[in-house]
Amino acid sequence: MTTAKRAPKTAGGASVAAPAPSADILLKYYRDMLLIRRFEEKAGQLYGMGLIGGFCHLYIGQEAVVVGMQATLTPQDAVITSYRDHGHMLACGMDPRGVMAELTGRIGGYSKGKGGSMHMFSKEKNFYGGHGIVAAQVSLGTGIAFSFHYRGMANVCATYMGDGAVNQGQVYESFNMASLWKLPVIYVIENNKYAMGTSVQRSAAGQELFRRGAAYGIPGEPVDGMSVIAVQEAAARAVAHCKAGNGPYILEMNTYRYRGHSMSDPAKYRTKEEVSKMREQHDPIDQLRALILEGGYADEAALKDIDREIKDIVTDAAEFSQSSPEPDPSELYTDVLIEA
Amino acid sequence: MAIDILMPALSPTMTEGKLSRWLKKEGDKVKPGDVLAEIETDKATMEVEAVDEGVLAKITVPEGTENVAVNAVIAVLTEEGESLSAAPKAAPAPVAPVAAPAIVASAATPIAAVPAEPDWTGPTKMQTVREALRDAMAEEMRANEAVYLIGEEVAEYQGAYKVSQNLLQEFGPRRVIDTPITEHGFAGLAVGAGFMGLKPIVEFMTFNFAMQAIDQIINSAAKTLYMSGGQMGCSIVFRGPNGAASRVGAQHSQCYASWYAHCPGLKVVAPYSAADAKGLLKAAIRDPNPVIFLENEMLYGSSFEVPDTNDWIVPIGKAKVVRPGKDVTITAFSITVRHALAAAEALAAQGIDAEVIDLRSIRPLDTDTILASLAKTNRCVTVEEGWPFAGIGSEIGMQIMEKGFDLLDAPVLRVTGKDIPLPYAANLEKLALPTVDDIVQAARAVCYR
Repeated sequence: MTTAKRAPKTAGGASVAAPAPSADILLKYYRDMLLIRRFEEKAGQLYGMGLIGGFCHLYIGQEAVVVGMQATLTPQDAVITSYRDHGHMLACGMDPRGVMAELTGRIGGYSKGKGGSMHMFSKEKNFYGGHGIVAAQVSLGTGIAFSFHYRGMANVCATYMGDGAVNQGQVYESFNMASLWKLPVIYVIENNKYAMGTSVQRSAAGQELFRRGAAYGIPGEPVDGMSVIAVQEAAARAVAHCKAGNGPYILEMNTYRYRGHSMSDPAKYRTKEEVSKMREQHDPIDQLRALILEGGYADEAALKDIDREIKDIVTDAAEFSQSSPEPDPSELYTDVLIEA
Repeated sequence: MAIDILMPALSPTMTEGKLSRWLKKEGDKVKPGDVLAEIETDKATMEVEAVDEGVLAKITVPEGTENVAVNAVIAVLTEEGESLSAAPKAAPAPVAPVAAPAIVASAATPIAAVPAEPDWTGPTKMQTVREALRDAMAEEMRANEAVYLIGEEVAEYQGAYKVSQNLLQEFGPRRVIDTPITEHGFAGLAVGAGFMGLKPIVEFMTFNFAMQAIDQIINSAAKTLYMSGGQMGCSIVFRGPNGAASRVGAQHSQCYASWYAHCPGLKVVAPYSAADAKGLLKAAIRDPNPVIFLENEMLYGSSFEVPDTNDWIVPIGKAKVVRPGKDVTITAFSITVRHALAAAEALAAQGIDAEVIDLRSIRPLDTDTILASLAKTNRCVTVEEGWPFAGIGSEIGMQIMEKGFDLLDAPVLRVTGKDIPLPYAANLEKLALPTVDDIVQAARAVCYR
């Protein structure tokens, strides 16, 4: 089996070209990415104010990945990821109020304040966390795909991991079983170039991470993770592959995080110039904005309306996250076990 | 000269086996490496190869014979042309001597079978622990499509310890799933499936290998319900043999009871009898929470009375007084119940009437039953195979301090495995594990006798 299918960037001949997205779709991408960006900026602010504690890993810069992926998944498909998870939750349609209130540790949060930034779930939205141990979600996501397979359901599980996770052993244990049993799982490697402070160059032997499934016969492809459209097109190929019963698929999303690994990371391991270059030349939201305006899909005023709408949602979420009370002390001993 | 071919021990715990099939017949010439026969051990069907060259002069144990003791003469080999009658009898065995397992030896005194649950008045049948576990899984799999078995060698091999015998035949490969050797991966995979509402039974070939998977067991299975504010739990059973087997060395001989019992979000059970094994495994499979189910390899072949019904449930969290007494309370679980019962017999001969409690559940721990017993005896000895430091005995001792201090007429004593990695040498291994005599001595000490 081939391991790398380089997708045609644009349809150059007889190959199947994805239909150009409609204005509605482009504006939805814009809205969804902007919501994540503004939400994360607000979370960073609340963290600075001492309202959010502990670890807080922001997704700013990587928005195109989850928005492009989610555009291809159905509500019955599942999503699981690591601890840089706020963007995934919002993309899954989880309520920004509940996410922000979890960050502030309030009863109105998705986990009643008992999970925090890294541990939020929504069975209703088929979002299965939110996992704090690097790569644990890869085995878990493979198990979610196993459950679809076991029940004969035509769904996929999008299992996200970072470029750091791909060096964990259980990733390959999972690849092996997923390929062996043809499980419908899309492994989405969000390569943002740094595993905490260690660059991919310093941590990965063989830097084409999409080839990491080669030994297991899992096809993989590199994707411009700063382009929501490129992500969506690649996701469509991956979903089609999985839903046809062909087993797992790997997408390496080449992306970038603008902020540090977590709020306490000064990011001294990379230059300011490197970050500025990514922000100025490759920002996923700016790129889409330019496409929308240049293509005449919407005008400045329409985009401004969206900006305002998003600002209101985030402001409301931030207010809710501060007005929602802390969990009652009686919650201390609840949810440890289900009463049989 | 004639050479006796002896029944070989083909697993660390095998004391007898079935001679399934002869592949050579009397009069056949054999050379080293030829497969002579197939033998079914407590774990698998194995081939027996010839070590010496000669003629298979006589088969002394016909095929199909069960319970052939290790080192019994199964055939006689002669040199070509040699007549059997002329050959001297009983030549030295060409089989490596196998030391009798220490625990089996110490339990040689016959012990009354533990009666079935007192409230069961229906018919019972004799079953091994192995069969009881198998039946528990089969019954629950019949009753609930979401239940499936996953692990190494559970399907085609029929279980590394034959616990899953015939499950593949009944339920097929969709529900009885052989995995690669990948404990971390398949434990995580099963937990993920558990999040989706499936009810996996994860078999670890032994719990020693579950250390590869302990992150998924604790961080993912045990904590997610809490971390999700009660939204999402995981109904899953992790089961397999725990504790020392026999002469398998330090990495394969360890009791994990206190490791898992330490963690909120898990239930931990460790049955002794077949009836409890069956009833607790069924309860564990039905339980909506993650359950660690600690079995014991040395007990798989032991037989007990088991209620003859497919609805036998033993509640998790309830200990059982398996021998009433008034002078001293002895708590034990898993194979140490056998030692405790033997010790109680020995103590009775010395005029000490010991009460033996089979804890059965480690978490939740049935402290009420322990305290009720203590109210009667005022003395307590805890027994476990695990290490002493931060062990189950430490916890029981502390619980008694906190909840029953005034009941005590003597300090609580612990009988545990020694605080060392388990040695291989037969004599050292015996010294490292708790013995019947250790329990007798501890019980006498707390009785000031």
